[in-house]
Amino acid sequence: MRSPATALRSKDLLGIEPLTPEEIQLILDTAEGFKEVSERPIKKVPALRGQLVINLFMEASTRTRVSFEIAEKRLSADTLNFSASGSAVEKGETFLDTAANLMAMRPDMIVIRHKHAGSPKMLADALPASIINAGDGAHEHPTQALLDAFTIRERLGRLAGVNVSIIGDIAHSRVVRSNIHLLTKMNANVTLGGPPTLMPAEVEKMGVRVVHSLDEALEGADVVMMLRVQFERQGKLSFPSLREYYNTFGLTPERLKRAGDNVVVMHPGPMNRGVEIASDVADGPYSVILEQVTNGVAVRMAVLYLLAGGHMEG
Amino acid sequence: MNLLLRNGRVIDPSQGIDEPMDLLIEEGLVTRAGSNLRAPASTETLDLSGAVVAPGFIDLHVHLREPGQEHKETIESGTRAAVRGGFTAVCAMANTVPPNDERAVTEMILAEAQRNGHCRVYPIGAVSKGLKGEEMAELADLRSAGCVAASDDGKAVVNSQLMRRALEYTKMLGIPVIAHEEDPFLAQDGVMHEGYYSTLLGMRGLPASAEETMAARDVILAEATGGHLHIAHVSTRGAVDAVRRARQKKIRVTCEVAPHHFALTDEAVQSFSTNLKMKPPLRSEDHRLAVLEGIADGTVDAIATDHAPHHFDEKNVEFDLAPFGIIGLETAFAISYQMLVKAGHIELSRLIDLLSCGPARVFNLPGGSLAKGSPGDLVILDLDSEQKFDRFESKATNSPFTNLSFAGKVLATVVGGDFRYRSEEPDPASTKRPRRKTK
Repeated sequence: MRSPATALRSKDLLGIEPLTPEEIQLILDTAEGFKEVSERPIKKVPALRGQLVINLFMEASTRTRVSFEIAEKRLSADTLNFSASGSAVEKGETFLDTAANLMAMRPDMIVIRHKHAGSPKMLADALPASIINAGDGAHEHPTQALLDAFTIRERLGRLAGVNVSIIGDIAHSRVVRSNIHLLTKMNANVTLGGPPTLMPAEVEKMGVRVVHSLDEALEGADVVMMLRVQFERQGKLSFPSLREYYNTFGLTPERLKRAGDNVVVMHPGPMNRGVEIASDVADGPYSVILEQVTNGVAVRMAVLYLLAGGHMEG
Repeated sequence: MNLLLRNGRVIDPSQGIDEPMDLLIEEGLVTRAGSNLRAPASTETLDLSGAVVAPGFIDLHVHLREPGQEHKETIESGTRAAVRGGFTAVCAMANTVPPNDERAVTEMILAEAQRNGHCRVYPIGAVSKGLKGEEMAELADLRSAGCVAASDDGKAVVNSQLMRRALEYTKMLGIPVIAHEEDPFLAQDGVMHEGYYSTLLGMRGLPASAEETMAARDVILAEATGGHLHIAHVSTRGAVDAVRRARQKKIRVTCEVAPHHFALTDEAVQSFSTNLKMKPPLRSEDHRLAVLEGIADGTVDAIATDHAPHHFDEKNVEFDLAPFGIIGLETAFAISYQMLVKAGHIELSRLIDLLSCGPARVFNLPGGSLAKGSPGDLVILDLDSEQKFDRFESKATNSPFTNLSFAGKVLATVVGGDFRYRSEEPDPASTKRPRRKTK
C-alpha cells in the first residue's frame, strides 16, 4: 500500500468505485475518532460550525436520513431537510432546477438520495457544493459500505482476507455494489449468494464469486450480509413466493451453523423478518445489525468532516 | 442551370467505378460521364481535383418529428441536417403525432417537404393504426400516397399474427416491413444494454435477447410469407446471425445498422450522459464486433442513422427519465469513414455502397447511382479534412459526438442538380474545395 492519505482528492463522495484504498482507510480511521464523540455526555464538536448541509431526499429513507442529520448536528453544521413529497418537484420542476435553486441559497454540502442512478453525478457536475451520495438507484450507497467496513474492521480487526458473503437480491441493491467495490479494494473475499433471477448480468467481472446455494455461501464465511428482498419491485417473476424464498435463502440459526464460529451477521436494513432472515438470527448473538446503525453516524461524520476540508491529524 | 463537375474521384459502386472523371448533370439528371467533357451553355463548372464524388446518401431511418413535435425537429430543419450530412434523400418514420397511419398525414409530409425541404423525403407508413399494434393501417392507400415502406418503428409489432399479415399484405404492394425488434417483456423498463456495465451502474438492462428473439421470429415469418422484412438498427450478434442465415436460405430479409452501434459500446454509459441513451442501446464490445463483421461480409445492406432528435430540456434529466434516441444525420459519414474505412474494415467504395446504393436497392428508391439517366443527387467529399462537430443544423443537439473531431467531411450536397449544401468554413490551406467558375 502507498503512503497513507491525509485528505480526500474529490470534493464529492459519489461512490466507492472512484476511491483509493488509502482514502477508504482514511475515512475509516477518521470515523474511529468520531465514534468516541457519540459516547460523550455532550455529543458535539465544532468542526462544521457555520456550514450549511442540505439533505436532499428525493426518495423515502428513514435510517440514512436520520443518521446523516445526527452526524451533521454532532459536527455543529446547520442542516436543512428537503424531501421530494410536498415540494416543487411535485409541481413538475426538474431535478436540476430544484438543485440549482437550493444552490442559490449557498449550501456547502448536499447529501442526495435519489431513485435514479447517476443523479449525484449530475449534481456534482453542475454545482460547486460538495455532493454526498446517500444512495442512487441500484448504483451506489457509499456511506453504507463504509459503515459496514467499519463494523467488520471493529469486530474482526481487519478487512484483508476476510470472507464476506452477501446474500439476497443482488440485482436491485446499491448496497451490494458499494460493498463489492470497497471489499475488493481492501482485499477481502466476496461471495454473492442468491437465485440466478436476482443476480445481475456478468457480476463475476466485479471480482466476486457467485453461488446459488445458501449453504455454499455460508461455508467458511466470516461475515454474512443479508439483503432485503424487494418483493414489491420485481413482481412475481424473480421467485415464486416469499415462502419459497425463505425456505431457500432465508437465514435461520440452523443454517448459520455452516458459517465460521465467530461469524458476524449484518443487514443494511430495513429487514423483512421471516423473509430473508429469521428473528432468532437478527436478534441473536452473532448479529451486529444495530452496531451498524451506531457506526453509521461516526462514518458519516468522518465523510462530512473530510469533504469539508478536514485533515487527518498527522 | 446545368452542372459540370471536373476531375473528381468518382466512386459509384452501382457501376463499379472508382476513378477521376468529369460528370455532367443537365436538367436534374446525370447525362454524361467521361474525361474532358465540354460544358454546354449556362453550365456551372467546378474543379473537384482531390475530392470524391459519390451518389447522394440515402437514410432509410430518420425521425423528422413533423407533424406534432416541431419543438424537436421539423421537416425543414431535419432535411437541412440531412444535406449537411451528404444525404440527398431520407425516409421519414411514421411515429409522428398524429402518426403517419393515413393518407392525409403522408400528403402533409410530402407537401411540406416540397415546400421547405432541402432533400427528398420518402414517408414510411405505420404498420398498425395509431401504432397500437392491433389493426393494420390502410397500407395500400398509404402506398399510393407515396409511402415506401411500413413500420411501427419505436415499437415492435408484438402481435405475431399482425406481423404475418403485414408481411403478406406488403408483398402485394411491393414494399418492405421495417421491423423494430424488441420483445417488450424482455426489454421491460430497461434503459441500457444488459451486461457488465448495467450491473456496475445499477441500471435496468435491455438484454440482447429482447432484440434477437423478435428478429428470429420475424425471419421465420418472412420465410413463411415471402414478404420483404427489413430489420432496422441491428445491434446484436444474434440479430446479425439471424439475417446472415436468412440470406443463405434466400429469405427476403435485409437490414441496416446505425453508426453509433459500431462506433461506441455500453462502456461509455459510465458518464451517465443521456446522449448515450437510445434503442437499441449501445451494446458490449462483442456485439459491436459482430456488427462490424456483418458490415464487412455483406450481411448488412445499409447504414441508417435512426436520427432521433429530442429537445435539450427533454434530455437534460436523470438518465432513467430521458427519452431514447440521438441525432445522427450530420455525423454519419465522418464516423463511418473513421470507424470503418480508416480502421481498415472496409474499402471506401463499400462505405459508399452502404450509404447510397444499398439503401436505394433495398427500398427500391431512385438514386444510389451516377449512371446516365440517374437523378443528379450526389455528394462531394473531402477525405482529408478534419471536422469538429461543435454545431448542428438539426434543431436538436443530442449527439454523443458533440465537440469530437473526425476525418472525412461533406463539402457539398447536390439534389436534382442543385446545390443544397456547401461547407461554409473555407480552409485556406486546402486546394480541394470546389472552385466555382461559370461559363
